[in-house]
Order: sequence, then C-alpha cells, then structure tokens
Amino acid sequence: MTHVIEVKNVSKAYGGVAANTDISLQVRKGTITGLIGPNGSGKTTLFNSIVGYHPIDSGSILFEGQEISKLPVQKIARLGLLRTFQQTRIYGQMSGIDNMLISLPHRKMNFLDAFGRNGKEEHERAESLLEFVGLYEKRFLRAGSLSFGQQKLLEFAMALMNEPSTLLLDEPTAGINPTLINGLIDRLRRANEEFGITLFVIEHNMRVIMNMAEHIYCLAHGQLLAEGAPSEIQSNQRVIDAYLGAH
Amino acid sequence: MSKRVLFYSALIIFMIIAPYVFPAFKTQLATIWLMIIVAMTWDMTGGQMGYNSLGNITFYGTGMYVAAIVTIGMVYDVGEYTNAFGGKIYEFTDGQYFTGLIIGCLAAGLVCSVTAVIIGYITFGLRGPYFAIGTLGVAIAAGELVSNWDWVGGGQGIALPIYPGDYDVGKDVFYFLFAGTGVVLFLFSKWLYSTRFGAAINAIRDDEEKAEAMGIHTLQYKLATWAIAAFFVGVAGGISAFQLIHFEPLESAYQTINLGIFMVVCVLLGGKGTLWGPVVGAILFHVFKEVTWNYLLGWQWVALGVLIVVTVVYFQGGVVGWLMQKRPEWFGVRRAADDTSVDEAS
Repeated sequence: MTHVIEVKNVSKAYGGVAANTDISLQVRKGTITGLIGPNGSGKTTLFNSIVGYHPIDSGSILFEGQEISKLPVQKIARLGLLRTFQQTRIYGQMSGIDNMLISLPHRKMNFLDAFGRNGKEEHERAESLLEFVGLYEKRFLRAGSLSFGQQKLLEFAMALMNEPSTLLLDEPTAGINPTLINGLIDRLRRANEEFGITLFVIEHNMRVIMNMAEHIYCLAHGQLLAEGAPSEIQSNQRVIDAYLGAH
Repeated sequence: MSKRVLFYSALIIFMIIAPYVFPAFKTQLATIWLMIIVAMTWDMTGGQMGYNSLGNITFYGTGMYVAAIVTIGMVYDVGEYTNAFGGKIYEFTDGQYFTGLIIGCLAAGLVCSVTAVIIGYITFGLRGPYFAIGTLGVAIAAGELVSNWDWVGGGQGIALPIYPGDYDVGKDVFYFLFAGTGVVLFLFSKWLYSTRFGAAINAIRDDEEKAEAMGIHTLQYKLATWAIAAFFVGVAGGISAFQLIHFEPLESAYQTINLGIFMVVCVLLGGKGTLWGPVVGAILFHVFKEVTWNYLLGWQWVALGVLIVVTVVYFQGGVVGWLMQKRPEWFGVRRAADDTSVDEAS
C-alpha cells in the first residue's frame, strides 16, 4: 500500500461557508507532502477533518486503508495518525520532561499501565528527543514559561515521542526564529528519513516547503487548485494568481 | 531523606495523641479530618484534573444514606424503621452496630464510586463553569429527591443507633476512623500523582483537546478520578452518619451551601493542584470558621466572604502555592542546572 492517507471528495461547510469542497488528495507512505494555500483557503479545516476533530459533510477519508471519517479524535490518534496545532498546544503547567512522558504512545497501554511509573528507558527516550529538538537544557522548566518557538519545538518532540506513523504538521515554522528554521527543516527531514514518519505539512514559508516536500497540494477558496512537484507548483500560473490575490 | 522521615513521624505521632492532648476538642479534630478528606478529594478533580465540581457533596450525602440503610437493613425492615416515629423500639447489639459501621461505610464508598461513574458519564461532556453548574444541579436534585423518598425517612431523615460503649470512647473511635481514612487517602493520592495516571489527569487539566489529539483515553481517566474521589467522600459520609446519629437530607446530608462549598474554599485557601494544599487549607479553614462562628457571631458569613475574596484575588496559588514559589526546593522542584538522577523523581 503506497498511500497512507487518501482523501476522497471531502466537503465540509460551516453554516453557509464552504470551507472544503470536493477535495481529493493522497499522501504517499514515507514521503513529505506539502499543503499550501492563502489564508482561509481551508487547509486547517482539511487537517481537522482528517484527524476527526469534526464530522465531514460528505466524502471519505482512509488511513492505511481504513475508513476513519467517523472515528473520534482519540481513536484516530491511537491508530498512529497524529497532528500538531497551528496555535501550539502543550501542557503549560507541567515541565518539559513531563510533557514528553505523558506523550508516550497510548495505543500500547492498557488501563492498568496508567498506574505504573515511567522507567529509565522512557526517561532516556524523552531526554534524547528533547536533545534532538534542542530543548534538553530546559527540560525541567514549566512548559508554559517557554517561548512560543520553543513550545513549537516541544510540541514536535512530543509528537515524535508518540511514535506516530504519520504526522500532520500545521505550520511548523510559524513563529520560529529564522536562524532556527534551517535546523527545524533538517529535523523534520530526519524525522522522515530516520524514524520513517510520513509527514503532511501545512506551510506558508515557500522556501521551506519547496525545499522539503516531494509533492505539494495547493488549496484556494476551499477547492483543490493545483498539485504536483514543487517545481510545477512554483510555475503554475493559477497558484501564483491565488497567492497574489488575482482571484 | 531523614528530615522527611522525621517530619512524617512527627505528624503521625501528633495525629495519634491529638485527641488525648486536647480532649475537649475531639469532635472538632474529627471534623478537621473530615474537611481534609473532602478537600483532598475535591482537589483530585478540581485541582489536578481541572474539573471544578460543585457536586461532590452528592457523594457525602449518598454515603450517609447508604451506610444507614445497610446498617438498618441488615437487622430490620428499612421502611418500617424510618416510619416508626418512636412507636416501636429498635435495638441493635454491639455486633450489629460494628458490622454496620464497617460494611456500611465500605458499601457507601462503593455505591458512590458507581454513582460517580454514572453521573460522570453524563456530566463530563460539560467543560469549565458548565461542569460546575451541572454537578451543582445534580447535588441539589439528589437532596430534593431523597427528601421526598419516604422509604428512607423523607424530610425527617434517619436516626442511627448511638455508639454502644462509653460516649467518650465513641468520640475517639470516630476521630480515628476519620483520621485513618484521611491518612490512607493522603498516601494513596501521593502515590497516584506520581504515576502515569497523575500525569494524564494533569494533562487533561492543562489542555484537554491536546490530550485527546495525543490519544489519551480522556473519558476513562476522568471517570476513574471521580470514582476514586467519590469512594473516599462516600466513606467519610458513612462515618459522619454514625457520628451525627441523626441526619436529614437537605441540611446535613446534601448540604450544598455548607460543606459543598467549604471543600472548595479549603482547596483555594491551601493551594489548588498540590498534594499538601488541601490539607493545609482544610486545617486553616476549619480553625478560621470555628473562631469566627464563636467570636464574630452574626458576622461570621461576612468574615468568610472576606476570606474567600482575599484568597481568590490576592493568593490565587493558596498558601502552598505561595510557598512553592518562595521555596521551590522544599517541594523538590528541579532547575535545569541540577543534575539529579531520574529515579529520584517523586
């Protein structure tokens, strides 16, 4: 099976506003796939539909061949399909290391496991992942006291801790210091290559997404405008028009 | 480490000798333990899990009734007993009394746990203030329902047999029942908050949507937490029923405006979301309450209101929260620079 995520003819409307209309796309296993589009074009709505945050109006969504459009958020997450949030979400009153430890994959746990404590192995894994995103020194600080960019990195590390097979990233570089962005691109690539995690990324930073993704989908006004390799997208007149506001 | 052992030993010794050192205050000391129990259990959902329940008093009242019904039901017909109005004398032997006390209190805890799961299944869909109001509604409704239920005595309530031995020994028995339950609860909470379970309910408090998105079984954790809290409140209610001898539904069992609110104030005063906060808060609150009820009679509710306002406005972290800020090392809060081994975390 080559497609991890298959979105077929998905539509979603909020009242009278059609946020997604008849969208079909595929994410190939083991790749980095990009999702771009102007603000309000329906990218986050599509992510929310995929992870089960809200019901879709019509269409179907398959994850590893299984229909997931009717499943609740937690169940989809336990299948190994995880997302990060545009407005970064971490557990603010807990320390960085505790944020990591509670992100252990819950699909592997039964109820009684909850009454155990985390051992050396889990602590080491949490610390090595914090090291991976460059937050090791800050591991005992209250996560809420970290800067926005650091919280973003922590959220990414938490997602990796969960050992997902597929990760949906909603604007991973937004709010991150430009000099750190290169480091983050490198880490996203390594997560993809070394940990074998399929990435589906919403991104506004064209330099980042053009560099990273193999295949890009472009949304505008809730509809799929274009798809293709980065070079094709860059030269697509409709995409350029959408971004420059010709619509 | 030895300092800690010394500290806990001193507390345990004080707990054991307290009723003999202050013999005139035995019932007061027992009530302090009751406040500690209801405050700690309230903090499980309110402080650690971020669900501010105003309905925990439901379990206190239900615990009282279950303990009473079990005790009476093992010997007599409950309906006849509650509707006898002194027309017939009902005797309980010592054995029947103590069996009722033990089995009744345990049954009270178990029934309350089950009740919590059922009520929680419905009310945990509510968030923030809606959960608080929803659970308050449950508590008020429960009180009204019970006060109209003739089989359990309706608005008259139930009278239990008095303690069969010496009156003063009875006071000691109730003190140690409350204290024992409190100590078990404290040790259990200390252990629970150190497990993954504790981390999971903290995660729900900090960001429930994130917790869901990470695949945490949020509803299971919420139900389990409330069931645990309800168990201890139910047991405490059962003990209270025997201590009070006679209780009625609205003022002593489902007393939403007294104990139901006091437990929240205790936690706010001591420090929400901390292990020691509810304990410290319960002691301070009860002392404050007894002093004002004795020396400021007529103004006692005003004094209580001032205390609540000052706490909420100026000491949002409570006493323990404030101490944690000033003396983080007392609480084992680690800074990045410290390089302590991971196994010591507790």
